[in-house]
Amino acid sequence: MGILVYAEHDNSTIKGATLNVVTAAAKIGGDITVLVAGKGCGAAAEAAAKIAGVSKVLVADNDAYGHQLAENVADLVAELGKGYSHILIPATTTGKNFAPRVAALLDAEQISEIITVESADTFKRPIYAGNAIATVQSSDSVKVITVRATGFDAAAAEGGSASVEAVDVAKDAGVSSFVSEELAKSDRPELTAAKIVISGGRGMQNGENFEMLYKVADKLGAAVGASRAAVDAGFVPNDMQVGQTGKIVAPQLYIAVGISGAIQHLAGMKDSKVIVAINKDEEAPIFQVADYGLVADLFDAVPELEKQI
Amino acid sequence: MKVLVPIKRVVDYNVKVRVKADNSGVELANVKMAMNPFCEIAVEEAVRLKEKGVVTEIVAVTIGSKAAQEQLRTAMALGADRSILIETEEDAQPLAIAKALKAIVEKEQPQLVILGKQAIDGDNSQTGQMLAALTGMGQGTFASEVVVDGDKVKVTREVDGGFQTVELKLPAVITTDLRLNEPRYASLPNIMKAKKKPLDTVSAADLGVDFAPRTKTLKVEAPAARSAGIKVASVEELVSKLKNEAKVI
Repeated sequence: MGILVYAEHDNSTIKGATLNVVTAAAKIGGDITVLVAGKGCGAAAEAAAKIAGVSKVLVADNDAYGHQLAENVADLVAELGKGYSHILIPATTTGKNFAPRVAALLDAEQISEIITVESADTFKRPIYAGNAIATVQSSDSVKVITVRATGFDAAAAEGGSASVEAVDVAKDAGVSSFVSEELAKSDRPELTAAKIVISGGRGMQNGENFEMLYKVADKLGAAVGASRAAVDAGFVPNDMQVGQTGKIVAPQLYIAVGISGAIQHLAGMKDSKVIVAINKDEEAPIFQVADYGLVADLFDAVPELEKQI
Repeated sequence: MKVLVPIKRVVDYNVKVRVKADNSGVELANVKMAMNPFCEIAVEEAVRLKEKGVVTEIVAVTIGSKAAQEQLRTAMALGADRSILIETEEDAQPLAIAKALKAIVEKEQPQLVILGKQAIDGDNSQTGQMLAALTGMGQGTFASEVVVDGDKVKVTREVDGGFQTVELKLPAVITTDLRLNEPRYASLPNIMKAKKKPLDTVSAADLGVDFAPRTKTLKVEAPAARSAGIKVASVEELVSKLKNEAKVI
């Protein structure tokens, strides 16, 4: 028995979702090994070794893993993963990209986006956009699982003292190459890790009006999200999208502004502790899940909110 | 080049699904079914590539019961040239589906396979990646832009934080994200024409794939309902509630 956790990182630090996956691994039980794969990822490996509960860190530092190309990373994880009972991968876009590839290479079915661990082979996961929760039991000898970060608390990033071991496995499938990337810059907290999220929808009318939300966010230390309607209308970039097809968040406080509350959006935020809805349509479905609803024109309510907090 | 587009028949995305009383699954009897929205985007992309002269033939394929022919007809009304139904009554899981699709890929030899990034019923997001792994192809998942250039394809992918562009050797697998395109509607003349397009049926058993799931669904439950909230009359009251009652700011 042993659990291999794939670390998501930016070469120097470990990304938040990895800590939640370590907690999921601890609930399954067994020695936890964290794999850090990348190019020049030594600092990230050192950080991984400090995560509480981790017994070993494997570092695969190679050009082939520099941009986390699925073809190369999956080959690596499938080879290293053979000796483990579970392979846990964060359900981020990076994880969701290569995890099924790992599963297929190991001839295992994958269990996607678990939200609870019932036992070492039984897990709960949402289906139908979160409108049903399935309890599933796997009989595969190696269980390949992606973990929804919001389902688990984060493990302590400090306090561990795992050994760090380099693995000299270079896998280059040779069928894909990295061309470029274009990342949105933001000083605010990461959407999936923020304690407070304020999101705007089609009701915001344009991108400039999101400035109102940014002001509130900066006062609250919140991240700013958006509904798919706001993204498709071009108000904000797509990495701000909260929903079934965007990011899944579960903050302490979620403030939905000018968002009607389509099923697709609710799937991304309905596990938030407290939900506030500000909408001028009192029939909007968002009010059915909101703890506090304010029927008002957002152009009056949001500046007022900024003033009062 | 030839494009293979695997599609799936799912509960229409507008339907609010209900969990069965015996917790064995969700109620599917007499519920409106439709083509998975991400699959529609896959069909649309294939049709656009054909309209650009990059693609010569589009083959739609699905796995399921006879009823899934309806979705194949839709795909053909949207522009697919012919289609294949892999018939089975089993509720196939992504790994088995990927294995069945691999058999079709070996027979048809497409240069591109375009799938949706996930089906809105199982929410798995696995099949495309698994098919790519089994066939040894490169994969461009969550695609928001696809540009075929000779024997390569450039795929811009939606990733956390923005976009990433990768270049894949053909043949390759692509899975579609929402922003890739806006699917068209089938016109009545095209729906009529689609009835005459070829639809082959193969038995899943003939492909030599074991469809027995290794992941057993023990129980399906409704998610915990949120307790009803209250309406506040003013921003002042809202802020006060958040500070004093919910204690979240």
